Amino acid sequence: MKLLIANGYVIDPAQGINAGKNLLIEEGRVAGLLDRSEQAPEGVEVLDATGLIVCPGFIDLHAHLREPGAEYKETIATGAAAAVAGGWTTVCAMPNTDPVNDSPAVTRFIIEQAQRAQLANVFPIGAITKGCDGRELSEMGEMKSAGIVAVSDDGRPVPTAGIMRRAMEYARGFDLTVVDHCQDLSLSAGGVMHEGRWSLILGLRGMPAAAEDVHVIRDCVLAKLTGASVHIAHVSTRGALDAIRRARELGLPVTCEVAPHHWTLTDEALADYDTNIKMSPPVRSRDHVAALLEGLRDGTIDAIATDHAPHHADEKALEFDQAPFGITGLETAVGLAFDLVNQGVIDLDRLVSLCSTNPARIFSLQDRGSLSDNAHADVTILDPACEWVFDVASSKSKSRNTPFHGRSMTGAAVATIVGGRVVYLNPNYTRITDTKHLNASTK
Amino acid sequence: MNFNRKHLLGIRELEAGEITHLLDTAETFRDISRREIKKVPALRGRTVINLFFESSTRTRTSFEIAAKRLSADAINISVSTSSVSKGETLLDTARNLEAMSPDCIVVRHSMAGAPHHLARMGNAPIVNAGDGSHEHPTQALLDALTIREYKGHIEGLRVAILGDVLHSRVARSNIHLLTKLGATVSIAGPGTLVPAELGELVEQGLRVEKRIEDAIEGADVVMILRIQRERQDAAFFPSMREYAVHFGLKPTHLDRAAPDAIVMHPGPINRGIEIASEIADGSRSLILDQVANGVAVRMAVLYLLAGGGRAELEEKGH
Repeated sequence: MKLLIANGYVIDPAQGINAGKNLLIEEGRVAGLLDRSEQAPEGVEVLDATGLIVCPGFIDLHAHLREPGAEYKETIATGAAAAVAGGWTTVCAMPNTDPVNDSPAVTRFIIEQAQRAQLANVFPIGAITKGCDGRELSEMGEMKSAGIVAVSDDGRPVPTAGIMRRAMEYARGFDLTVVDHCQDLSLSAGGVMHEGRWSLILGLRGMPAAAEDVHVIRDCVLAKLTGASVHIAHVSTRGALDAIRRARELGLPVTCEVAPHHWTLTDEALADYDTNIKMSPPVRSRDHVAALLEGLRDGTIDAIATDHAPHHADEKALEFDQAPFGITGLETAVGLAFDLVNQGVIDLDRLVSLCSTNPARIFSLQDRGSLSDNAHADVTILDPACEWVFDVASSKSKSRNTPFHGRSMTGAAVATIVGGRVVYLNPNYTRITDTKHLNASTK
Repeated sequence: MNFNRKHLLGIRELEAGEITHLLDTAETFRDISRREIKKVPALRGRTVINLFFESSTRTRTSFEIAAKRLSADAINISVSTSSVSKGETLLDTARNLEAMSPDCIVVRHSMAGAPHHLARMGNAPIVNAGDGSHEHPTQALLDALTIREYKGHIEGLRVAILGDVLHSRVARSNIHLLTKLGATVSIAGPGTLVPAELGELVEQGLRVEKRIEDAIEGADVVMILRIQRERQDAAFFPSMREYAVHFGLKPTHLDRAAPDAIVMHPGPINRGIEIASEIADGSRSLILDQVANGVAVRMAVLYLLAGGGRAELEEKGH
C-alpha cells in the first residue's frame, strides 16, 4: 500500500528540512521526500496537504491510559482514539495502573491491547519500583525485553535518594531513561494546589514550589553520580528549570517536559474551587508560568507532554480536597501548543522538535521522530490557520475532566497517520483522492 | 447599597457597601432579641436547613435561634464527615435536601470550598457557616457588629489578630472585612502558623508581625484565635506550654494596646493557653457580646437570602 502526502510543507528538524515536499509512504515506512515537481507514481492514494504542515508523528511521553484496572475512566482503545484525534501518533503509557506495570505480563497486555485498537502506537513505561511503592526495584530488564521504553513511578515521586540511586544505576545498564515525578512529599503532603497567595486566600493546603525544586536538584545530583539518563516529568517551577539548566551546563544527561496546562493556567483560576483544575504538580503562579515560557523559548524544555489523566465525572464532583488529581489532555495539547506559536514564544520548527524530534530522542525510539528514509511512517499534519473550539462532548476520551471545554484555539492537528495508515482525519479536511486527480490538477 | 447576592459564601467577594448593608440590617434585628416576645413573622412559611458536616454548638444554635426568631422552620442536620466514606456524596446529600424545597441551606464543612460546590450545583441559597480553613463570613460580620457597637465605627481602627491565622477561617473573613472597611490589621503568632506570605492575603491594610507584643502595640481591638488542634495534623509548635508562654495573651500585654482597647475571641476558648482567664472574664472582654450579636447577624443574613426581603416587597406591591 502506498500513500502520497502531497503539496504540504514539510518540517522535519531532525533532518533540518523546512520546505514544500511530497511525502511518499510505502509499506508503513517513509519511502522518500519528493520535490513537488517530481511526478507522483501511479496507483498511489493521495492525501492533499495543500496549505498544511507535514511533520514527523507527535510522541507523547506522558499519558495515563488507565487500563488495566480503571477501564471506567479510560481504556487503551479510547485513550489511543483520543491521542490520534489530538495529533499524537505515539503515546507512552505510565505504569500506575491496577495492577501496576511492574512485570512483563502487564507490559505485554498493554502492547496487545494497543495492537487490537490499531490506532496510535502505545509504548508502555515500566515501574521503577514494585507496585510504584518506592521500596524494591521492579524487573526492568524483563520489562525491557517485553517492550517498555522507559521507567517511572509517575504519580508518586521516588521517595528516597538511596532508592533513586539504585534505580538509576540499574536502569542505565538497560539503556532505560528514568522518569521522575518530582515532589518532596515531606513538603507537599496534604497539599491540593500551589502554595502561595491563592492557597492562603482559598484556605486550601498548598504544595510549595520548593517541594519540586529540592527533588529536581536531588535527581540532578544523582544523575551526576550515576551517569543515568534522567527525564524530569511535567516541570512546573522556576527553580526546577534553573536546576535543569545548571545540570545541562555540567553536561549531565538530564531532560525535561512540560504539560500544556502548566503554561496555560495559573493558580488564580482555582478561585471557584473547580476540581477540573486540580492536578499534581499544580498549576502555579504567574512567575512560574513566565519561567516555563522562558524555558520553552530558550530550549531548556525538551518536550511537550500531555500528562493525560482521565477521571470519572463522579470522582471530580467531590469536595476539592477529595477529588483526584489530573485532567485529560490528549485532544487539547496541540491546540494549546499553537498558542505558544501564535504568541511568538516558539516557532513551528521548535513546536515539532518539542512534540516529535526530542521525545523520540529522549526515549531512544528507533526510526521515529523524523521523516528520514525508511523511518516509521508516523505523520502528524497540522493546519496552523484552523480556528476551532474544543467541545468536550465530542471528545474520544472516556472521561470529561478538562478545564478547556469551550476554549477557542487557532491551529490544530487535522490528520494523523500511524505506520502509513490514516487513523484520524478531521471531517472538514476530507481530501484523500488518487494520483490521477493530483497529476491532472498540477498540470 | 443593597445586598442582592443569592449566596453568602465569603467576605472576600463582597464590596464595602454590601457589608455595611448587612451590618445595618443586623442592627435592626438586634432589638428583637432584647424584647420580651422575641419573634417576628418575616420568614413565616420558609424553611431553613442547617446542614452541619462538622460539630458545632455555638454557630448551629445561633443560626437555629435566628431562623426561629424570624418564624422560619429550622431543621438541623448533622452529618458526620465519615458518612462520606460510607457512600453518599456531599452533592447527593444536598440534592436530596433540595428536593424538599428549602428556602436556604446553611452549610458548615471541614473542607474549604464545599459551600461553593453546593452553590454551583444546586438551586437553594447557600450560607457558608464555616468551610475548612477558608471563610466564616457570619463570624466576621458579628465581630464587626460588636466592634461598631463599642467603637462606633471600623474605619481607621487598629486591630490585632493573634494565633493560628493559617488555619483560621475566622481570621481570613475578619481580615477581608476589616481591611475593606478601612481598618488596619496586624497579625502575629508562631512563624509556622503566621507565615510571612500571609501578608499577601489582601492588597493593603495588613501587617505581619513576629511578636504578639508588636501586633498589640496601639491596638483598638485585640482578637484572639483558638488553637485548632483538629486542623493540625503535624506539629506546628513544640508544646502547649511554650505556646502559652510566648503567644498566649496575658494582662501585661494589654498595657501596650490603646487604653480603651477591647478583646474578642470567636470561642470556644482554651483558658490559660491562647488567653488568660483574667482577660477572658475581664471588663474588656466582649466574648459574650459577640455571641449575642451572632444571632442578629444571622437573622439579617437569613432575612436577606431566604426571601424575607422579597416577601416584604411583594406585600408592598400586592
